[in-house]
Amino acid sequence: MRSLRRFFTRIVNSATRRAHDERLREEIEEHIALETAENLRAGLSPVEARRQAILKFGAVEATKEDYRAERGMQFIEIFLQDLRYALRVLRKSPGFTIVAVLTLALAIGANAVAFGALNALVLRPLNVPDAQSLHVIGRAIDQPGYESYPNYIDLRDRNHSFDALAADDFAQVGLDTGDGPSLAWGFKTSGNYFDVLGIQPYLGRVFHASDEHGPNSAPYVVLTYAYWHTHFHDDRSVVDRMVQVNKHPFTIIGVTPPEFCGTFVAFNTDFFVPIVNQEQVDGENVLDARGNRSMNEMLGHLKPGVTPAQAVADLNSIGSDLERTYPKDESQVTFALSRPGLADVFGGAIRTFLTGLMLLAGLILLAACANMGSLFAARAADRSREVALRLALGASRKRILRGLFTEALLISLAGGAVGLWGSVLLLRGLSRWQPFPEFPINVPLSPDANVYWTALLLALVSGFLFGAVPVKQILRTDPYQIVKSASTFTAGRRLTGRDLLLGAQIAICAVLVTSSLVAVRGLARSMRSNLGVEPTNAMLVDTDLKRAGYTGNAIPAMQKRMIEAMEEVPGVTSVGLVGLYPPLHMGWDTSKVFNDTTSDLRPSNAAAEAVTYSVSPEYFHAAGTALLSGRAFTWHDDKNATRVAVTNEEFARKIFGSVTNAVGRYYKMSDGTRIQVVGIVEDGKYTANLAEDPQPAMFLPILQLPSNETWLVVRSSLNPQQLGGAVRTKLRQLDKGLPSFIQTWDKEMNGALFASRMAAISLGVLGMMGAMLSVTGIFGMAAFSVSKRMRELGIRIALGAQRKEVLQAALGRSFKLLAFGSATGLLLGILASRLLALIVYQATPRDPLVLSGVVLAMALLGLLATWIPARRALSVDPLILLREE
Amino acid sequence: MPYFLLETKRDSAMKQKTDVLQGTLALMVLKTLHVLGPLHGYGIARRIEQISGDLLAVNQGTLYPVLLKLEQEGAIASEWGASENNRRARFYRLTREGRKQLQLETQDWQQTAAIIGRFFEAKAEDLS
Repeated sequence: MRSLRRFFTRIVNSATRRAHDERLREEIEEHIALETAENLRAGLSPVEARRQAILKFGAVEATKEDYRAERGMQFIEIFLQDLRYALRVLRKSPGFTIVAVLTLALAIGANAVAFGALNALVLRPLNVPDAQSLHVIGRAIDQPGYESYPNYIDLRDRNHSFDALAADDFAQVGLDTGDGPSLAWGFKTSGNYFDVLGIQPYLGRVFHASDEHGPNSAPYVVLTYAYWHTHFHDDRSVVDRMVQVNKHPFTIIGVTPPEFCGTFVAFNTDFFVPIVNQEQVDGENVLDARGNRSMNEMLGHLKPGVTPAQAVADLNSIGSDLERTYPKDESQVTFALSRPGLADVFGGAIRTFLTGLMLLAGLILLAACANMGSLFAARAADRSREVALRLALGASRKRILRGLFTEALLISLAGGAVGLWGSVLLLRGLSRWQPFPEFPINVPLSPDANVYWTALLLALVSGFLFGAVPVKQILRTDPYQIVKSASTFTAGRRLTGRDLLLGAQIAICAVLVTSSLVAVRGLARSMRSNLGVEPTNAMLVDTDLKRAGYTGNAIPAMQKRMIEAMEEVPGVTSVGLVGLYPPLHMGWDTSKVFNDTTSDLRPSNAAAEAVTYSVSPEYFHAAGTALLSGRAFTWHDDKNATRVAVTNEEFARKIFGSVTNAVGRYYKMSDGTRIQVVGIVEDGKYTANLAEDPQPAMFLPILQLPSNETWLVVRSSLNPQQLGGAVRTKLRQLDKGLPSFIQTWDKEMNGALFASRMAAISLGVLGMMGAMLSVTGIFGMAAFSVSKRMRELGIRIALGAQRKEVLQAALGRSFKLLAFGSATGLLLGILASRLLALIVYQATPRDPLVLSGVVLAMALLGLLATWIPARRALSVDPLILLREE
Repeated sequence: MPYFLLETKRDSAMKQKTDVLQGTLALMVLKTLHVLGPLHGYGIARRIEQISGDLLAVNQGTLYPVLLKLEQEGAIASEWGASENNRRARFYRLTREGRKQLQLETQDWQQTAAIIGRFFEAKAEDLS
């Protein structure tokens, strides 16, 4: 109790230190005055009286020291002293401080970003009650995850392992909330979806299994909080309001809580509708199609006591029953369980990728710590005289080490803070980023407390790690020897572990620099490469006529009207139409084609797998695809005319052997239809991967291969905003119930460039980090070797060594490491570029620009890193040095 | 012999000595204030010097950290007042808690002293 009270008083006292010093001074003065008066009364002379009084009082400073120790928190005061000292020392060498803080900021920032992603996507469970026992059921082989609706019903009703099974699938609809339809993304889910997940409505109600009474029986919409917030401005009267989903009347019955937006983490859901209304949502009914595996996922809680293995066995027995009953649709029906969320989708690729990223970031941090360690060792060597002097004056080694650790921790915490700040900005930015404009996909990476704690922990641990490097050096310091002569270091000739580490680091850096240069060059080249289309000055209008209720013959009629309407927009030079997807989109269609002579049309006999487009007559003109020979389509190429096609050169080469005689010849589709080639267009890029090899492609007339999905290519030199507005107005005049997505083709291409762009960016970032680490590593080593050998360099200069020789002596080893490391790295980088060629178009390291770029970059790095130590080595003044040391 | 080992030993020896001194000094301060009522630092030092002989003959200053410690523990309180020669001086007085502490420590001390005393008076045959 007493000591507790004293503790608190001391804390208060630490803050009111000055007042107390003043009080003690006054008391001491009074004490001595009284004693002097006493002595005077005893008959001493005034001077002697005061002298005696002071003598009797004892050492004033010692008393003050004791008094202070008694009063305040001594360790805090010592800490504050150390802190002030460390700050002073760091301020005196701003270059060192900035390099050190930046190195650590990068390394810790990289870790925070990697951990933030790992935390958000893999470690953080889905935000639903009891997420631990929630499992996603998918096929063990062949298209994991997808299932047909009839199979779902069988699994749901016949399994004995799950409390209940829910199913869901993505849905894109035209949602009209009163002011015209707009595109909205959401889920169509089984009726029990919310009950299985344990989600309570935020407002109104959600739908249940009891709402399902056969196809199209439950026209209800549940909105997500985000959609309600942005589109209805938190209007609570929205419940029971009628809306139009693809022109079908639906009722809004409720809003989900803010933290729930579906079971697919990266997907910005707008709404949920019951899956029994699938026909109204998608335009065609697949609820009875057992072979149509359209459900995105099935999920449910395991019953208590049932292990995942038992559940899988249970599901598999149902599966083999399904195989027997429906041999036409099903084979190899086996199942596997996975966790909900992103961790296990794509076969756990995200988990693997992020774990790899985390490991890489950890390595970067370790390398950074090693570099900082050698920097600190160099500093400790520089300061050996200071340390020796302090030791000689009576400082304890403990206190000196404490000071050094304070310095190290100060740097690591500053680095951690800067790194964390940067990574939080980056993570927030990434969370907002939508890589694909037409899909509501973004990656929720917002950092939480876990990320902050990890960064703090990493900063502290790394501070202690590199702070511990010079400890042995300090403990071994012999003040007598150092003050008398000089540092007693000898330059080692042996290859040390630190050298190897640094060499490896330089090699890795060179690999990264090589790869990023290769990637950037490839990217630049792919921007200029022949795409087969001309995306500049073209606008894409993405619509789906089924969303506005068009069927059958109304579809081509409407498509024709749309083209004509677009042509009326002033400034538009040509308008084309392509069904399903345009080239270079995220999705594409292929079909197997056969030689005209093939009669057995089994898939294995196919001559080629061709990317397939159905296009309007003006398409080639509008898209900027050059017609090499033959003719394009006309509107007379309809259902009643001969089936015709325009193919690309690669198709002609593959099917007919050459391009020249291909026009006029026939080939077959898998249903036996004979198609005549009427024209040849140039080769281009078709899939969303610019690195693809030449692919056969065929274009069929839209009237012979109808499609309700409609993309208009509007070519005009008007500025995109103006054109977009005009196009939108025109479409609204035509049918204001038709939702559409309008953007420039250049923007649309972002999807196609995504992989190679990401590769270039991440390699660039890693290359920067590697470069930074190499610089600090070489800098630390060079600085250390220069300061260790100051005396030797002084003697060499005194004996007449030339600048070149001095530099060679001081920095020879650093340069050798740099050269070996860079050469190794360059070789490895050239090998690694073969891998890179898979994602980056024409990535080739055998490019003089890349090779010279790498050599130049590494030379610059070396120059940068050795600049300061070299200047120091050259400025050695033998006179001063020999006199001093 | 590495320096720092020597240093830690010296440190701890010094610490022990001051602890003992502080303990006895504190008790003397309490008793002085109990007998004489509120007093300034010099008065306390004089009184202890008179009674204990040479304990405070040198290093009177060591008294002040002890006074501070006692004040922080709440055994004594202090306020500014005027000394005999009409100068500002800090006067210390015993608090209720200090009185209790003095009582307890006096008992403790007497008990210890009695035991130690008996121990020293004991003869060889008493111990066998």
